[in-house]
Amino acid sequence: MTLFQIAEPEASPPAREPKRAIGIDLGTTNSLVATVRNGIPVVLPDEEGRPLVPSIVRYAPDGVEVGYAAMAHQSLDPQNTVVSVKRFMGRGLADLADDRRFPYRFVDAPGMVQIGTRHGVKSPVEVSADILRHLRLRAETQLGGPVEGAVVTVPAYFDDAQRQATKDAAKLAGLPVLRLLNEPTAAAIAYGLDNAAEGVYAVYDLGGGTFDISILRLTRGVFEVLATSGDSALGGDDFDHRVFCWALEAGKLPPLAPSDARLLLVKSREAKEMLTGHQAAPIVARLSTGDDVNLSLTAETFAGISQQLVQKTLQPVRRALRDAKLGVADVKGVVLVGGATRMPRIRRAVAEFFGQPPLINLNPDEVVALGAAIQANALVGNRERGDDWLLLDVIPLSLGLETMGGLAEKIVPRNSTIPVSRAQEFTTYRDGQSAMAIHVVQGERERVADCRSLARFELRGIPPMAAGAARIRVTFQVDADGLLSVSAREQATGIESSVVVKPSYGLTDDEVARMLQDSYAHAAEDMAARAFAEAAVEADQLAEQVRNAVAADGDLLDERERAAIEAALAEVALRRRGDDAGALRASAEALNRASEGFAARRMDRTVSQALAGRSVDTLVGE
Amino acid sequence: MAITLTESAAKHVAAQLGRRGRGVGLRLGVRTSGCSGLAYKIEFADEVKPEDLTYEFYGVKVLVDPKSLPYLEGMELDFAREGLNEGFKFNNPNVKNACGCGESFNV
Repeated sequence: MTLFQIAEPEASPPAREPKRAIGIDLGTTNSLVATVRNGIPVVLPDEEGRPLVPSIVRYAPDGVEVGYAAMAHQSLDPQNTVVSVKRFMGRGLADLADDRRFPYRFVDAPGMVQIGTRHGVKSPVEVSADILRHLRLRAETQLGGPVEGAVVTVPAYFDDAQRQATKDAAKLAGLPVLRLLNEPTAAAIAYGLDNAAEGVYAVYDLGGGTFDISILRLTRGVFEVLATSGDSALGGDDFDHRVFCWALEAGKLPPLAPSDARLLLVKSREAKEMLTGHQAAPIVARLSTGDDVNLSLTAETFAGISQQLVQKTLQPVRRALRDAKLGVADVKGVVLVGGATRMPRIRRAVAEFFGQPPLINLNPDEVVALGAAIQANALVGNRERGDDWLLLDVIPLSLGLETMGGLAEKIVPRNSTIPVSRAQEFTTYRDGQSAMAIHVVQGERERVADCRSLARFELRGIPPMAAGAARIRVTFQVDADGLLSVSAREQATGIESSVVVKPSYGLTDDEVARMLQDSYAHAAEDMAARAFAEAAVEADQLAEQVRNAVAADGDLLDERERAAIEAALAEVALRRRGDDAGALRASAEALNRASEGFAARRMDRTVSQALAGRSVDTLVGE
Repeated sequence: MAITLTESAAKHVAAQLGRRGRGVGLRLGVRTSGCSGLAYKIEFADEVKPEDLTYEFYGVKVLVDPKSLPYLEGMELDFAREGLNEGFKFNNPNVKNACGCGESFNV
């Protein structure tokens, strides 16, 4: 007899201590981590108060450096300092337009390009994991414990390989990923657009080195990406470069040494940033040659030199709208993302293009991370009272499937928080059974007949095996949107079959409550039904075995014995039609006794057949 | 009385609840699992749910959900020591056969 220990309750009641949930914007140039604190999303800065982490990893002789530390050594140790690794996620060497553009030792590998570093060959997944680990540690220090759920954002145009690579990186970094979220969707959530009027929204994202435009449609609180476009080599850095070129020309400077060029580029960026709030900005620097640069860049000059770049971002916007088969007038709102959208030039151009002022009150660097944090917070179940989230947070009724005898086997118990994934192994009931019908049901009752049928599908092509030998793994997965997918997979051959359903569809709260009440009211009845169904499965199995045996080796039976077995079989069949589990069990036991002698003689025959024609020597050898 | 706790079981439950620092009592139930159909559930309870049936033995509150009760009717929970192991033991008159692993049972 087993001794039991008291376990922690499975579904702990909502401990009012909020779970540690974070949102991560894993960017090409910069990354951020955010959380929701007291109902307000905030970005978690480093000890020096800097919110951004440059997405740079350096494999230094004495460890791994991430962020500003890695950036400081970028020019001294370019081969071991990986910049913009996001461009390589899920990409093969052949996908890279021009690999000589990068200072790395690329190693071609199946599936994804790899980079040779001082620490050995690193895949983009591993490099990304180093950035994510850095962000995780920052969050854990500030939140005071392990992260319980994370949402990581990806560009809307990422394909499955790139998304999977991002998921793998998060896993490697020890992050429990609740889901990946499209960056434009995250930005829209940060602005609370999921609670806004249904309609079409545009997200204009001009980052350090990339430009993305996404057209989203909001329907019943869910965003659908209608179209994306962009330019992977257009960003704020290009504006810095324009200012730099202007400074070279205006200052009539000779070709610069690399260190001077870097200095002037930094000064150019500072001037550009200053123009966000001022009409003019100075560019003052002393070069290594002893020459002094002393220029003043006016907003007007800047507008002139950057005009072409601004226009260049509007081409993909037109393309995206055209792909979505929409006009400018269809767009209900425009969200600006990315530090470069602080430039008044850009804001004015976007406002003119869409004929409405864009949303700008959130920090454009942080808006994606904030949206991811809000989503993560909702998914771990830290809901505020009155929060009108359309995402379901728990499963209202158990989900399961039909097993032999019409019993409902529960796979995902009610009140499980979603997303959730549960799997259980099943086997075949008959020798040589080649297909299995899977009936997905919902409800708390023991009998399938009393539960709600959701879907049926079949798994075919199971190789012939003895009953009970096949291993069929049935997986129930409910995603964050409450969508249930059930898949069945025969483990030996890998053949698979699946179905997707929306379990909450068409069920009102009252119906859920009634189904629960029923299960309490009928508990005793259900128990009797379960007992009978279990006995019936066993009795059927035994009866079938006996009938098969009689058919195969009937010559071993004398008349009296055969009559006894027939009578016992008839008794089982009779009890099988009743509803008394005890009587059915007793009849099965009687059948077992009646066929005992017969079973023993069959066994003797099988053994003697196996031994026939073999000498004692060969047997001894075995 | 549908179910009972022995004095020794009650004492151990109380001690473990004390060590845990929170919880209103002990929750007993069954769930469908294991290789023979049903398995016992023995958990700390943090709250009394509206549908729960509550019992009290030697000052320890025991909660059972109405769906599990028929399977536990007449059951006695004892605390036992077997060799080096000690733990709770279900003496359940409803059990017809238990499976090899001892985790699940049939009624």
